[in-house]
Amino acid sequence: MEITPAHYTVLSAALFSIGVIGVLVRRNIIIIFMAIELMLNAVNINLVAHARQLENLVGQVFVVFVIAVAAAEAAVGLGIILALFRNKETVNIDEMNVMRW
Amino acid sequence: MAEAIAFYTLSVLILGLGVAVITTPKTVHSVVFLVLNFLCVAVLYVVLQAEFLAVIQILVYAGGIVVLYLFVVMLVNLKHAPEEHEDPRRLGRLALALSGAMLLEVVGIVVYSSRHEPFARVTGSTEVSPVQGNVEELGWLLYTDYLIPFEVASVLLLVAMVGAIVLARRES
Repeated sequence: MEITPAHYTVLSAALFSIGVIGVLVRRNIIIIFMAIELMLNAVNINLVAHARQLENLVGQVFVVFVIAVAAAEAAVGLGIILALFRNKETVNIDEMNVMRW
Repeated sequence: MAEAIAFYTLSVLILGLGVAVITTPKTVHSVVFLVLNFLCVAVLYVVLQAEFLAVIQILVYAGGIVVLYLFVVMLVNLKHAPEEHEDPRRLGRLALALSGAMLLEVVGIVVYSSRHEPFARVTGSTEVSPVQGNVEELGWLLYTDYLIPFEVASVLLLVAMVGAIVLARRES
């Protein structure tokens, strides 16, 4: 019953796939952003598990940077959502096609 | 043994809450499940002996980012259900198939790498950290080897803050 890094990698892969499914299937842009956060978390779990396995804290340093980037991404992304909502009155990505055609 | 119990319990919770985040029809419920998911990941960090990251996870994710999400969910009051309209050109089945292919690919990589090549043991850093403890060692690394990326990250956060303010400001 020993838990190896492979276990954590499988957990991370499953969580990442849940995030991918969320991004590809849902049409509510706020939920798509949350699915992106799930994917970032999956990557973080992987990094922390291997940092412990290799007895090297560099993986954890990278997680700090990933969290910083995730915070920046959330702030800017939600700002964009608000600006778009003000103009188009929608959070459905199928109706957000001002720049598509 | 204790780690196995913690790992399996937390895995079930994390994956279940992750599925709940992307399947619940109400956005507010989704945000609540996301908070719980982040808290479970923080506990997993404690199991992995990354105490500093566990605290940061709760502070930044569960405390900061999710509050931001809640603000947006509350500010955006919709007159009709958010997912009412569907573009007829949307390829939903293809999206699911692609996600399944992604999952298979990732699992394939995991199985292959865990079977064929043992996880290499890197003892690259020649200098031994002069401090003990997770927080101290992490801080020592951040302010020595990773000082420049650390400062770049702070600039990135400043730029993101200015960008978010400019984007969310009302045009006068």
